[in-house]
Amino acid sequence: MTDIRAADHPVPRAAPDQAAARRIGVRSRRTTRRGRRTGTAARPSLTLWQRIKRDKVMLALMLPGFLYFAVFSYAPLFGYLAAFEDYQPYTGFLHSTWLGLQNFTDLLADDAFWTALTNTFVISLIQLVLFFPAPIGLALLLNSVASAKIRKFVQSVVYLPHFIGWVVIVSIFQEVLGPTGAVQHMMSSVGLPRFDFMSNPGFFPWLVAIQAIWKDCGWGTIIFLAALLSIDPGLYEAAAVDGAGRRRRFRSVTLPGIMPVVILLLILRLGTILSVGFEQILLQRDTVGAKAGEVLDTYVYYHGVATQQWGTAAAAGLIKAVVGLVLVLGANKVAHRFGQEGIYSRGDR
Amino acid sequence: MATVEIDAKRTLTGRPPWMERPSRFGRGGKILGIVLISVVVVYPFLAVVATSLSSESDIAASGGLVILPSHPTFDAYRYVFSGGIVSRALWISFAVTVAGTALSMAATIGMAYGLSRRGVVGGRFFLATALFTMLFTPGVIPMFLTVQKLGLYNTLASLVVPSLVSAFNLVVLRSFFMNLPAELLDAARIDGLGDWRTLTRVVLPLSKAVLAVVALFYAVSYWNAFFNALLYLNDTSKWPLALVLRGLVIGGEATSAANEGVVPQQAVQMAVVVVSVVPIAAVYPFLQRYFTKGVLTGAVKG
Repeated sequence: MTDIRAADHPVPRAAPDQAAARRIGVRSRRTTRRGRRTGTAARPSLTLWQRIKRDKVMLALMLPGFLYFAVFSYAPLFGYLAAFEDYQPYTGFLHSTWLGLQNFTDLLADDAFWTALTNTFVISLIQLVLFFPAPIGLALLLNSVASAKIRKFVQSVVYLPHFIGWVVIVSIFQEVLGPTGAVQHMMSSVGLPRFDFMSNPGFFPWLVAIQAIWKDCGWGTIIFLAALLSIDPGLYEAAAVDGAGRRRRFRSVTLPGIMPVVILLLILRLGTILSVGFEQILLQRDTVGAKAGEVLDTYVYYHGVATQQWGTAAAAGLIKAVVGLVLVLGANKVAHRFGQEGIYSRGDR
Repeated sequence: MATVEIDAKRTLTGRPPWMERPSRFGRGGKILGIVLISVVVVYPFLAVVATSLSSESDIAASGGLVILPSHPTFDAYRYVFSGGIVSRALWISFAVTVAGTALSMAATIGMAYGLSRRGVVGGRFFLATALFTMLFTPGVIPMFLTVQKLGLYNTLASLVVPSLVSAFNLVVLRSFFMNLPAELLDAARIDGLGDWRTLTRVVLPLSKAVLAVVALFYAVSYWNAFFNALLYLNDTSKWPLALVLRGLVIGGEATSAANEGVVPQQAVQMAVVVVSVVPIAAVYPFLQRYFTKGVLTGAVKG
């Protein structure tokens, strides 16, 4: 990205071409050679203050966003101090009693914490088995539809639930699966016994997966459809000419074509295994009871904000955050090893 | 004769010449699958609308499952808009969504623009600050304590400020800005435009599509948000629509209309669901064709 400055700026960021360089003189041509674009340090003649003055508009534009991240992403990390204290909101961090690791040992002795941890893993596992492959299947189905009109129509239908909030989704499920819903009517009309989908604790992990699929399966196809579209049609044609049938083409062209994306997303999913639809589960925790409906996130919420046990809740949150960070970093490392970008890449491209 | 015609047409609509005709079984399965999926997605919406239009007798006659109300009535909607708690929540949600989206867009555009240009002083530091937040979330307890410390607790600002910038949207915008043709930005500079006017006259007009998608993402998240409200508001008169809906449907709170026996409770619940979905459904068709671009730009992190 090049940049020619008006006369009030001492030196341009980099000169674009001969004509422009002539306009602003020889000095700037030297900048081109030593421009910051190539990674060398700024011209020694340009002090930090001069650079700040030059970029004042840019800095002012970036300031609100930067302040937001500083105040709401970084500063709150100090709140985890509460995990080591008998934190009381009115005494504050500095004056609350220091407990060391007391909160953590309390936490590990709490059966409810272990229940929450187990539920988190069970729900995550079921999501991985049911929810992860669903968009791949749907993308393959959509991709095989020859008519573009039908494909577009189905796409617009299945993307819509993604934009609907969890409160509405749970309400809709209550309407359809609840005691007066269509599914119950259908079941009793074929002689099946009543089954309370919405409040049966044993069914809850499955319910969570079904809701997640209904909401986000369609949206999840976007990335797989793009992968399918990026497969060179020439490969299919060549395979067909060589006598490969439908199945053989699927196995030898389609699968290798989407595998990198599938593996990448699977790895990243494993990195977030401790996070299972917080809002979704929070909304339904009371209906199914804490035994089935408590996950790590809801445990933190109920113990902290609702029942004021700040210390233990913060300790649980901290454990989750640290394990989560390690998992995400590990997942990215594995993704990089597979030659993928992961959610972050090294350095600024 | 007729078969030949149909075949020619079908090849024209997209099947390449080398591909075999699908077997009758495969075609049938595919059609069935697509119809089934569409029904599973669409039916619940229809059921919700039907119930919201039902009268007490419809609901009683059908055992709760209304497919087509025989006495359609707008009573539930009349009640929802009549100025009670639901109408107030509707206004709050609307105001929070509009103000929040505007503020979020301003902050995100500014930061994305600054980060999209090379050589800006401190650029790498700002970029690292923003990207690193994608790796962790501050967690409920620290966020709550921060909001409390800042005096935002129990204010409507707490619905906007703590979720002002999404790192994901920031990355989407930044990569789009970075991919704008460099020649145009050069031309703007040669013509003497500063950073600010380059943004407003060149960059933003060229980015309308992606701006629309990012604005939609923000608006939808403000409109749907209930957890921030649950966490930061203790005054029920400030509740947004999603939280009121939660009380009505999931918490089973009775509406005053149901108490008076005027409008069936179930119809009111579903009317609120409809009111929550309609604004999203209304803007959705216009933005739909940009989704793929938005999602994929975000996937290629930069």
